[in-house]
Amino acid sequence: MTEPILMKGNEALAEAAIQAGCRHYFGYPITPQTEIGAYLAKRMPEVGGVFLQAESEVAAIHMVYGASCAGKRAMTSSSSPGISLKSEGLSYLAGSDLPALVVNVQRAGPGLGGIQPSQSDYMQATRGGGHGDFRNIVLAPASVQEMATLTMRGFDLADQYRMTAMILADGTIGQMMEPVSLEPATPLNIAKPWALTGTQGKREKNVVTSLYLSPAELEEKNLTRFARYALVEQRETDFEAFCMDDAEICLVAYGISARVSRSAVSAAREKGIRAGMIRPITLWPFPADALRQEASHVKQFLSVELSMGQMIQDIELAVRCTRPVSLVSRVGGVIPTPQEVLRAIERAAEACA
Amino acid sequence: MTTFRKPQSMTATQTHYCPGCTHGIIHRLVGEAIDELGIVGRTVGVAPVGCSVLAYHYFNLDMTVAAHGRAPAVATGLKRANPDSIVFTYQGDGDLASIGMAETVHAAARGENITVIFVNNAVYGMTGGQMAPTSLPGQTTQTSPYGRDSALCGFPVKVCEMLAQLDGPAYIARVAANSPKNVFAAKKAIERAFRNQIEGKGFSLVEVLSSCPTNWGMTPKDALGWIDSAMIPYYPLGVYKDTSRKGME
Repeated sequence: MTEPILMKGNEALAEAAIQAGCRHYFGYPITPQTEIGAYLAKRMPEVGGVFLQAESEVAAIHMVYGASCAGKRAMTSSSSPGISLKSEGLSYLAGSDLPALVVNVQRAGPGLGGIQPSQSDYMQATRGGGHGDFRNIVLAPASVQEMATLTMRGFDLADQYRMTAMILADGTIGQMMEPVSLEPATPLNIAKPWALTGTQGKREKNVVTSLYLSPAELEEKNLTRFARYALVEQRETDFEAFCMDDAEICLVAYGISARVSRSAVSAAREKGIRAGMIRPITLWPFPADALRQEASHVKQFLSVELSMGQMIQDIELAVRCTRPVSLVSRVGGVIPTPQEVLRAIERAAEACA
Repeated sequence: MTTFRKPQSMTATQTHYCPGCTHGIIHRLVGEAIDELGIVGRTVGVAPVGCSVLAYHYFNLDMTVAAHGRAPAVATGLKRANPDSIVFTYQGDGDLASIGMAETVHAAARGENITVIFVNNAVYGMTGGQMAPTSLPGQTTQTSPYGRDSALCGFPVKVCEMLAQLDGPAYIARVAANSPKNVFAAKKAIERAFRNQIEGKGFSLVEVLSSCPTNWGMTPKDALGWIDSAMIPYYPLGVYKDTSRKGME
């Protein structure tokens, strides 16, 4: 066990990328994730890696595409407006079945919005975020420690399933400091026989492309990809259950909202209200089965999110609208207080009584 | 005795290019250069979006295809990830000089050690003949049916002249693929652009003036003539920048 050290979330994520064997970072500055670039600009040369500040978010993700084509672990990071620019690259990475790690430290939108924390890119992240049918594995850290561990897991998952793993954090988790243990990781060593390394005169050429002009072939490509996505849903769905054994009010929250909700659940328990929380760690795949099971004893669900109501739709789908689901939200960069969330729990408890 | 053979770096696949299009010649020049420099086994190509989007069918090399205009960024990633690879992009004028201008200029400014083959035929070919960033003043296209009006659409982009102003590039040259003499010169320029990369000299770009009889509405012969009569006067041939020879003389 390594000694915990005090780090910012963004820096913990950056160091974890190094530990995960990533030696190729391409990015463009944007608040509130600039510490990732700053950290890696110093750190990459120390480990013989590449830090390159690209001319744009668009170029950065296509550089990731190139490095991934070469068979190397590669990443980019940004915040909401920058992720919109990267959506082209996300689609091409998916269409070419390339692994990559993309970080979104969310800020409030739309447009330039603000630089304060938000969770309003949920739909964009969990539905792929670009044109065409595709998904990203979306991991939602709720602590500085998880910024590190989920980054390491993200690289492994990306290689394993040949797809983009996205770290969907928010400005608070990125900026706050907490103790973190950076265990040296043992990255999965997955063969990449498809990589573009030059044939060396020893094999047939490799082609990495998202272009399939034959509808039958393209349909087949999509079906194969979605069969892989089904495996991800089956094997990789992850969540944390907090006080759920006898819960009648179930909060669903991730990231910074889960931190606030945890305090609110504890306060509700002190008042004798049977509240609990499901904290999705993977937002795609979404822990729908878990929520469906909880619906057997839960009377009401509360979706606590920093958006106008995006994750709430996945909760409603999961419980097939058999239980009421209400939204507890603040937006624009405002984070609700535990008291605000507690009041929402109390209202729900009264309605259930 | 010399036997005319297909370069080892090319496949036997018949190209989809229109009759009279010079993409086939330019592909072959790239293939010959790669063969002659002995780099077939370590070359990785990046195809663009445009007529040459399927270039990976014709090169017997590891290849990918980039999103429209992003080939220099993809090539940057490939080269930085594996500096032993010889990485080239093959791009048209819409891809390189319009939607991908930022990627082009910044790869050049960084002196990225890659080779860019830029095929300029002054028109968007694959989508059916729209006005390109390099369409000449007065040129009739599908989207400039009354001729390119500079008052409305501005002026063509002279890529070589522009990039030659930067400190980053090692080699910037413009050639044409419309006559045996010009094709020989093009071959030399393309070979230099690859040799520079092998020697670590940095960003090299060769612009090749190319014909598009289909979208220009000309016979193949007239199209080759139009390169001489209309394109070369606007886009003069020559070497615009060459720092690669420093220390060699």
